[in-house]
Amino acid sequence: MRDNKTTRLLFGFGSVVLALALTSAIVAATGNNPFIAYKNILQGAAGSANVAANVLVSWVPLLLATSGVLFTFTVGLWNIGIEGQITLGAIFSVWAMRGLQAGAMAPGAIIALSILAGVAGGMLWALFAGALKTFGGVNEIFGGLGLNFVATALNLWLIFGPWKRPGVASMSGTLPFDPKLWMPTLSPQSRLAPIPLAAALCVVALTFILLRGTYFGLKLRAVGKNPKSAYLLGIPTWQHMMLSFAICGAFAGLAGAVQVSAVYHRLIPSISSGYGYAGLTVAMLVNYSPIFAAPVALFFAALNVGSIQLPIVLRLDSSLAGVIQGFLVLFVLIGNGVRIRLLGKKKGSI
Amino acid sequence: MTQEALLFGLSGVLASSAPILFGVIGETISEKAGVNNLSMNGLILLSAMGGFAASLATGSLFWGFLAGAAIGAAVAAIVAFVSITLRQSQVAVGYILAMLCRDLAYFLGNPIMGRSGPRLNILPIPGLSAIPVVGTLFFRHDIITYLSFLLIVASWFYMERTKPGIMLKGLGENPKAAYVRGANVNRLRYVYTILGGAIAGLAGPIYSLSVKAGWKGTISGLDGIGWIVLSITIFGGWTPFRAALGAYLFSLLQWLGLVLQPLLPNVPSQVLQVAPFPLMILTLLLVNISNAEWLERSLSRLPESARRNVAKVLMALNATPPASLGQPFDKDS
Repeated sequence: MRDNKTTRLLFGFGSVVLALALTSAIVAATGNNPFIAYKNILQGAAGSANVAANVLVSWVPLLLATSGVLFTFTVGLWNIGIEGQITLGAIFSVWAMRGLQAGAMAPGAIIALSILAGVAGGMLWALFAGALKTFGGVNEIFGGLGLNFVATALNLWLIFGPWKRPGVASMSGTLPFDPKLWMPTLSPQSRLAPIPLAAALCVVALTFILLRGTYFGLKLRAVGKNPKSAYLLGIPTWQHMMLSFAICGAFAGLAGAVQVSAVYHRLIPSISSGYGYAGLTVAMLVNYSPIFAAPVALFFAALNVGSIQLPIVLRLDSSLAGVIQGFLVLFVLIGNGVRIRLLGKKKGSI
Repeated sequence: MTQEALLFGLSGVLASSAPILFGVIGETISEKAGVNNLSMNGLILLSAMGGFAASLATGSLFWGFLAGAAIGAAVAAIVAFVSITLRQSQVAVGYILAMLCRDLAYFLGNPIMGRSGPRLNILPIPGLSAIPVVGTLFFRHDIITYLSFLLIVASWFYMERTKPGIMLKGLGENPKAAYVRGANVNRLRYVYTILGGAIAGLAGPIYSLSVKAGWKGTISGLDGIGWIVLSITIFGGWTPFRAALGAYLFSLLQWLGLVLQPLLPNVPSQVLQVAPFPLMILTLLLVNISNAEWLERSLSRLPESARRNVAKVLMALNATPPASLGQPFDKDS
């Protein structure tokens, strides 16, 4: 049998089945019925219009983060620092809002400017990691992780220090902004803001077009496949690496700004909520290609939102969502490896 | 601060460095063989939870440590299988295991969260522990801290002074030459990756049974330690003594953060706790910057004597990873 589309689909399907089987076995080992757990997740993600809207709310930052890391993955970089880039985006956007809210500017303009500030903040933090990589020789994974911790510290310092609530500072974050500075939602009861959702979908489309349909995307891929040959072919290597960091940081910063203006309306300690790490996982699961990024990100968002109720209803930890996602990626990796070993073109490998 | 408090604090620094040391030496062994085990953060969390659960169930500390080592070995075996046998990206499998094992630890550890369990006792060495200063510093620890001192020396001796240790270096530096010298490169890489994972897996129970006894889920304060371990491995330049220096410096900084807290009332405690991280970036920059091309070019413009001095400092700090780190070996290519 040769390696083709059918075998790829079969192996992909097999990986998903194995991942779910192993997760079920682990849930069963803790003395719980896995199907009841899954039913709960499903209900928590699609049981009512309200929770379904919550899934879409958490889809937005995940889409932005996934789109961003697709650029850095394309040039062969692991931008683990995206988590901190989201945080910096949120910090910059809060900073802009705080500065502008007392003035006479129209609320719409303030929101727009604060989003732009967030984009700039994320980009700045990403370029920081990029500079450490290209000029300092610091592996982007470790530079990025360090910068994530710094971003967290900066965030906490602002919440407990200069931006603390009047009275006592607390883990619940800074004082919420005036409701007129909130991104408009579908209805007064809904949490879903249509503008960020539309923007995130545009970003995914843009990512697809840039990476798959333009000369720029081709150059990024050349740098990712073989930086030395790309350089010899006349592609400025480090400039393209920095550019992909900047794009990723801009999307991450946008995600952070959206969390501020459309979701929390203030700065909270866990403002980035792991969306950056989740974006990396989604990108790995779709094999670093933008085609299936949006549906897989939606599935991950549904898992995350759906598992929030688990501790209350079943006394299970909500990290079950992460367990399912981790097993999925692990088994897809293993499935790819086994498929290439069994059916691949390479001769002589035993 | 009284002298007694200072000594007690420094002795605590040595003890809280023990888990980091086990992690760093384990990772160093794995990386020397050419396998980058990036799963460290999840590996340590899962072995901390598993080790605590095992010693709760059996009432024995020994089984707790054994369970931790077994979990570490198992996670490392997955890294080895996916990267060596299946030839998938080492970074990818390591990253996803770091995430997966962390979530598994929180999920499986949920029922034992906050339970009180067995804890390793201090074992002062008779005679030696009575020596002023030195006795308090070095001879009033639990057994695992003594073992951590031993581990530094033993791993150095193995890597630098024995024949299999030289072969270990060859696996990561030049696997082809090692193959020609009769080594079964991929099998040895499996062995050292799993051994390194088992040693690093002890870091978990050292936390949950000694340094930060118990399992408290997401507030255990262990999330992130694995990434620190990986950075210190780089700082350590893949040599045990320098790695140990890195581990001790890190714990010292964390302790200083706690001690300085009352002196800086305006700085929230969370900020001082992460103070070592920016310093970590700085040290990584220092040990890596001499590998950067632009630096070489700008150095060549300096006058000869100044250039020589700068180069000397940079070379002393420099750390170069094993040449074949992360690359699969194929005897046919």
